[in-house]
Amino acid sequence: MAILTKEEAKKYIDKALSYAKADETAVSISGGRTGNIRYARNTVSTSGESNEIQLSVTSVFGKRIGSSSINELDDASLKKAVERSEEIAQLAPENPEYMPMLGPQPEQSAATFSTATDKINPDYRAQLAIDSIEPCNAAGLVAAGYLEDFSGFVARGNSKGQFNYNTSTSVDFSVTVRTEDGTGSGYAIRDFNDVSLLNSKDVTTVAMQKAQASKGAQAIEPGKYTVILEPTAAGDLLRLMFGGLDARSADEGRSYMSKKGGGTRLGEKLFDERVTIISDPANTEIPLAPWDGDGMPLKKTVWVENGVVKNLAYSRYWAEKKGVPPLSRPGGGGFGGGGFGGGGFIFSGGDQSVADMISNTERGVLVTRFWYIRAVDPQTLLFTGLTRDGTFYIEDGKIKFPLKNFRFNESPIIMLNNIEALGKPQRVGGSMIPPMKIRDFTFSSLSDAV
Amino acid sequence: MKRRDFIHLSGLGLGALMTPGVMAMGNPVSAERLIEPGIDAAAKKLLADTALNATKAKGATYTDVRIGRYLSQSIFTREKNVQNIANTETFGVGIRVIANGTWGFSATSDVTPDGIKKCAETAVAIAKANSKLQKEPVVLAPEKGYGEVTWNTPIKKNAMAVPVKEKIDLMLAANNAAMDNGAAFVNSALFMINEQKYFASTDGSYIDQDVHRLWPNLTVTAVDKASGGFRSRQGLSTPMGMGYEYMDGTPSEKIPNAAGFNSYRYSYDMVEDAITAAKQAKEKITAKSVVPGKYDLVLDPDHLGLTIHESIGHPLELDRVLGYEANYAGTSFATLDKWKSGNFKYGSDIVNVIADKTQPYSLGNMGYDDEGVKCKEWDLIKDGVLVNYQAIRDQVGILGEKESHGCSFADNWSSVQFQRMANVSLKPGKEKMNPMDMIKNVEKGIYILGRGSFSIDQQRYNFQFGGTVFYEIKNGEIVGMLEDVAYQSNTQEFWNSCSAICDKDDYRFMGTFFDGKGQPSQSSAVSHGSSTTRFDGVNVINTARSI
Repeated sequence: MAILTKEEAKKYIDKALSYAKADETAVSISGGRTGNIRYARNTVSTSGESNEIQLSVTSVFGKRIGSSSINELDDASLKKAVERSEEIAQLAPENPEYMPMLGPQPEQSAATFSTATDKINPDYRAQLAIDSIEPCNAAGLVAAGYLEDFSGFVARGNSKGQFNYNTSTSVDFSVTVRTEDGTGSGYAIRDFNDVSLLNSKDVTTVAMQKAQASKGAQAIEPGKYTVILEPTAAGDLLRLMFGGLDARSADEGRSYMSKKGGGTRLGEKLFDERVTIISDPANTEIPLAPWDGDGMPLKKTVWVENGVVKNLAYSRYWAEKKGVPPLSRPGGGGFGGGGFGGGGFIFSGGDQSVADMISNTERGVLVTRFWYIRAVDPQTLLFTGLTRDGTFYIEDGKIKFPLKNFRFNESPIIMLNNIEALGKPQRVGGSMIPPMKIRDFTFSSLSDAV
Repeated sequence: MKRRDFIHLSGLGLGALMTPGVMAMGNPVSAERLIEPGIDAAAKKLLADTALNATKAKGATYTDVRIGRYLSQSIFTREKNVQNIANTETFGVGIRVIANGTWGFSATSDVTPDGIKKCAETAVAIAKANSKLQKEPVVLAPEKGYGEVTWNTPIKKNAMAVPVKEKIDLMLAANNAAMDNGAAFVNSALFMINEQKYFASTDGSYIDQDVHRLWPNLTVTAVDKASGGFRSRQGLSTPMGMGYEYMDGTPSEKIPNAAGFNSYRYSYDMVEDAITAAKQAKEKITAKSVVPGKYDLVLDPDHLGLTIHESIGHPLELDRVLGYEANYAGTSFATLDKWKSGNFKYGSDIVNVIADKTQPYSLGNMGYDDEGVKCKEWDLIKDGVLVNYQAIRDQVGILGEKESHGCSFADNWSSVQFQRMANVSLKPGKEKMNPMDMIKNVEKGIYILGRGSFSIDQQRYNFQFGGTVFYEIKNGEIVGMLEDVAYQSNTQEFWNSCSAICDKDDYRFMGTFFDGKGQPSQSSAVSHGSSTTRFDGVNVINTARSI
């Protein structure tokens, strides 16, 4: 019941709009099912499922904005929600940056919904967990993992005649496998719209191999190393720079995209020429809902091409101020189906696998993932964090021995100027990210953590 | 915002085994609604008894019921504009049971006798279903029933009752003050929380608590467009378990620090801090870049709190030690064998660290935790030696203790409670000493105030911390501002390098609203008290780069 059809959603939205007296009114309904299962020490610790539906009203008088929301959809509740939202709007201070709502927008479809994911039930989740736990039990290893799935819809209409509707599903699975003595640890993570692409046993096998192979880690001196970042590790760092693809903060002089002397770095070659980053809501591996939060269609956009910054996002307010067309980034919309948490970007790569990249490396460090990444300097996008759950030394094209974890201090901007090779992109956190071979990656100290 | 942040919970489908802690941010309401009373304690007792009877009838051997009304107000401004005001309310009940020796939990926003009965029965059904996967039955440390009791955060002014206009006027006055003093941008925010929590259990407790927290937040940015440089200086406020009186700027609560401006204890002067912040943000752009090397660090409480949080608070959470957080927050270097040895030297002899939920004005301050245990104080590190962890009713037995530490918490009625960090605080030094006295004895050092970037490994050995403002100390004197400073150390090495702690007159809190733990993640608010403290010979790196 939680997923309303397009027609049902429109009926509720139109009904709510019929009660509105404000200059502009928007009504949205979102709902769906969220389920999860969590395990640790080879046993399930918590699992559950919740269903929810929420209708939200936004009312605008001049530049005064108010909102309210309800969980019941009867006529009296709808009327009350509209009235409450209008009361709040009339009391609110003016927002000088408010932009009028948009009217009807071109229809676009999205491949964000999977029937298989929609059908997930507690038994299905339990089986996924068992498929992960059992091989670990059999191998004398200890698994801790988490699966979260979502199936839902969003619909929105406004008093200017706009109406959008989209359904989406998602599934995120991660597992940490440790040796019983705590001297080895491995990790693997995958995310999809369609759960039939997820095999928890296969994902766990990767984490198991890393756990066993990382026993007996050796220390080497911190310093600058050639690294091979698996897609998860590369994605951990790259998603931190996507947020800066924004014109306003650049124009204001407080972003790595700000230019010396004022203005932005649009048009500058900021990265190695192999760096091309686009977003495309129609991409089938990371489908996105086709609108942003204002209901504006998301377009296929080239952000960086051959190392040159081609586009920065302009909010409608900033675009008007600068006299340019508005442009949305994926991830800013909140319309379901990817685009959350820095997802929605497609980073070009090549055909090499991680194994190919290892075999072509004389000396280097293989990194499974990074952990506890925090900004050190927003001006240079310097970040710190640590390697975790599988760090290995490569010599003469082969993995020689497991390494103790490192702390790094590195900027993705610098990293993308030190590219040796890019491999085949894989879906990571809703974006397509290649494994990367990077020279002179800065490890600043060693950690005893396993 | 993640999906689960805006999809909040009402009924539960059958077959759900444990309700996920879906963050119920609540529905937007008017500001007036935030000061209207909720249902009274007598009505809550009747509803709670409905749940207790329903679960007993279905075979539960233990039940606790949490009826929660969670109110929040958030105000965001930037320069001369109010960006957003959000008032929210969420109301519901979470019911946790033990049946067949196994936990079950269910929650609903249908706070009626029928809704509660259904929810209670679901919780028992979930426990029974889960029991098939259970390896060892849950054993709870005993806890006495307290009957009908109440507890309130000791506030003087309910922040929800202060007119929104008064709050906006103060924030815009701070913004203007910063702009007048050279800031290019300023963002200020004010977060206010009121949790009206009612707890009942089969132990015979009916606990009605009214919990308030408040957090003013300020970020002042200076920009030098010619050089392309920019620097931000965060406000030196901290979240507190207080009412709006924290915003009064009471002179007696201003603590002069060793860098010649004011730090704040139990009262914050936002306008004064905005002026200082604007001047310091500009100064930071041209400040001397640190020469890397070993320095003696003098750490202000508003900075040190986060170091305590990450390097002592988290590793001493027993569930982490046992592996329950392995896939997310991580495990801990402070393993049980180290504790059992009785001589694991966590820090130098002067390091005494307590955990508590009883210090007035702290974020963790409550009368009772979320499983009905009366809050208390206990030792974690005594004379430098690791002596205890943080544990709740179903795990404290592992430590050979018969009584829970009282640090169970759920971030909402819809979330299941679990072990969360109590306030973890460094006890002040016994000898009379203020930060100025401390600096006099430092030959080559750095004085660090405020929070900066922070990162620590998943077992809490290796960490790197930045700060907000840094001052170079040479031969007992502050000689100027530094930039690009971060220090790296190892937890045990760092705490063993602690060589001096200022006295109780310098003791202040640093806190956070958003300590994250669990999957799905839950937020918890926690404070860390300390006085200015010295650490010798710590490795400092230079974080400047050019791109």
